[in-house]
Amino acid sequence: MPEQFLFAIEVTLNGLMAGVLYALVALGFVLIFKASGIFNYAQGVMALFAALTLVGIMDGQVPFSHLINAIFGTEIHHFGWHVPALLAIILTACVMVLFAWLVQRYIFRHLVNQEPIILFMATIGLAYFLEGVGDLMWGSDIKKLDVGLPQGINEWIDETTFNAFGYGFFIDNLDISATIVAIVLVAALIMFSQYTKQGRALRAVADDHQAALSVGISLNFIWVLVWSIAGFVALVAGIMWGAKSGVQFSLSLIALKALPVLMLGGFTSIPGAIVGGLIIGVGEKLFEFLVGPMIGGATENWFAYVLALIFLVFRPQGLFGEKIIERV
Amino acid sequence: MKLTAIAAAAVMAASPVMADLVFPDLSYRTGPYAANGIPFSDGYQDYFTLLNERDGGIGGVPAKVIECETGYNTEKGVECYEATKGEGALVYQPLSTGITYQLIPKVTADGIPMHTMGYGRTSAKNGKVFSNVFNYPANYWDGASHAINHIMSQGDIAGKKIALVYHNSAYGKEPIRTLEELSKKHGFELMLVPVDHPGQEQKSQWLQIRQQRPDNVIMYGWGVMNQVAIQEAANIRFPMENFIGIWWSGSENDVLPAGDRADGYKALTFHNLGDDYPLYDDLRKYVVDAGKAAGAGDQLGSALYNRGMYAAMLAAEAAKTAQEIHGTGDITPAMMRDGMEALEMTEAKMEEIGLPGFGPEFKVSCENHGGNGLGAVAQWDYAAKEWKLITGYEGSDQDVIQPLVDEDSAAFAAESGIEPGCK
Repeated sequence: MPEQFLFAIEVTLNGLMAGVLYALVALGFVLIFKASGIFNYAQGVMALFAALTLVGIMDGQVPFSHLINAIFGTEIHHFGWHVPALLAIILTACVMVLFAWLVQRYIFRHLVNQEPIILFMATIGLAYFLEGVGDLMWGSDIKKLDVGLPQGINEWIDETTFNAFGYGFFIDNLDISATIVAIVLVAALIMFSQYTKQGRALRAVADDHQAALSVGISLNFIWVLVWSIAGFVALVAGIMWGAKSGVQFSLSLIALKALPVLMLGGFTSIPGAIVGGLIIGVGEKLFEFLVGPMIGGATENWFAYVLALIFLVFRPQGLFGEKIIERV
Repeated sequence: MKLTAIAAAAVMAASPVMADLVFPDLSYRTGPYAANGIPFSDGYQDYFTLLNERDGGIGGVPAKVIECETGYNTEKGVECYEATKGEGALVYQPLSTGITYQLIPKVTADGIPMHTMGYGRTSAKNGKVFSNVFNYPANYWDGASHAINHIMSQGDIAGKKIALVYHNSAYGKEPIRTLEELSKKHGFELMLVPVDHPGQEQKSQWLQIRQQRPDNVIMYGWGVMNQVAIQEAANIRFPMENFIGIWWSGSENDVLPAGDRADGYKALTFHNLGDDYPLYDDLRKYVVDAGKAAGAGDQLGSALYNRGMYAAMLAAEAAKTAQEIHGTGDITPAMMRDGMEALEMTEAKMEEIGLPGFGPEFKVSCENHGGNGLGAVAQWDYAAKEWKLITGYEGSDQDVIQPLVDEDSAAFAAESGIEPGCK
């Protein structure tokens, strides 16, 4: 097989893997938008905050230690224990549930029936507030995140493809893990929404708030639930991205990678987020591989948006989004 | 007793009032680059605190640091400049090439010097054009030459393929012209691999490197781009000893997330690393242990803390030089500029400060605001969790760099209507 063709296959496979990582971030946006009509600007910062909290708990870091030391003149930084990854993930998920409750209780409960732009502005405020709290709570140094996920080239794929084609494909073990986790996560979300009482209530709220209220579904509970699930998705995204680059404040910028995915896949569809992520991932990687060298490279950031815009022109609601028809 | 008090009051009234020597610190403690901005700012501030606590300031005049948060944002950096210049600011060190470019015309018009140590506009080395901008002891183009010299020291470079992985910004693009010239001179093939801000996702770039198999990779990165690049290089099993970063890609922050896979990665530097110097004993005694450190006091000896401290030390030495030239402790920004232009760092001076062998020797002049362009190579030792210098301070290829400096500064002079010359 010609070398360039093999390279293109390798790039496509890596694009699919990258797309899964983008989809993980986009999922959080979709969940909240679908249930409450809020475009959550803070989703990227939630991923950062969740990852910071996870590392802080794993390392036994004292939260707000700089603040405590500055006020009381103490010198405490660590509890002196190390929490296993799984337990730390569970504890972090609990923190994200608490966060969801606080957000619902103190922000969005007071903004019921406000214009979508007001709700969007509130999430901008929330993003910056959460970033500041994360800094104050856990510090802004770069933290290594190791929850035991394998990293580096997958030897089996490398050897197998080398034996078959004379060129070993590079696939990162971390990307494979992310793909498996994303499949499990999406399957769990679908099962939850299809087969549980709370899941059905969530779908009812997503379809029609007023109708859901009229049959006794608590909007407050559903919104806390959906923010909690989005918090958990943010935690998963934070783990995957944080394992690649260390946990640091630029992690919040991964939200930028989710926007073209949402434009393409639609803001209200979980399958849309997945398929959108895969199309963006493959599209930007192939464009960079095929066209990038001719035009100076670094095309991925803008090409993802161009690709999303092209789809938007033909399907404004996104690939899987609901078509909004308003009759007057 | 009353007489003593009256006499003291009379002496104070007769003496000129000594204002503090103001050193603005355009820092970034928030945002995506905070992890790099914090240790630099801590080092910068701690050094002036040490001078105040131990020596009563510089030449008897207390130093005052005014911190202003830029968030590594160019607009905020300019706002910080405008907000602090009226405080009697002696020198600006913005730690951002973007902010530097915006401030060059402003500091020139306001007569305030700016020091862009190892960053900024490289051709500012020509002091006949850039009267108020200094970039000693080394600049981006020196760095490109140091990297190539280091590769050449390990074998014949002719016919080799060398990739430049760079931040797709004014900063990252700086070495391209120099590397193109060096490629013509030494016969190696240059492969350009840009990475868009912030650099969180670099799969395409490293697949390209894996497919095209360059012999060496040079990196001009900053922030998360560095950590991801080192991880991805390890993922494709690129030999770390053939991977060399500019000094802005050579902090502990950059290598720690990759763990043992970053062992052997190299980075350039224009100052030494670690804290095994007499000055650090004083920093601990007078600043950290006294509870006066700018940060938590746990960054002493890290690459970026050392760089911030070194930047402050060079500013303090230039202030001392200015005080000597003008015979007054209470110097103005114009006098500070004179001090910077007459600065000479010798090993004897470094020993006296308590930093023997910490930085290269260099001399600044009107024609040369960039010093001698000396740089060294450090290598990351994962087991010891520290950077180790593996070369001495060596020169850059001025035969290639100087004509580029002359050309670029002449273009700037022409477009800005500057008549080159010495003040």
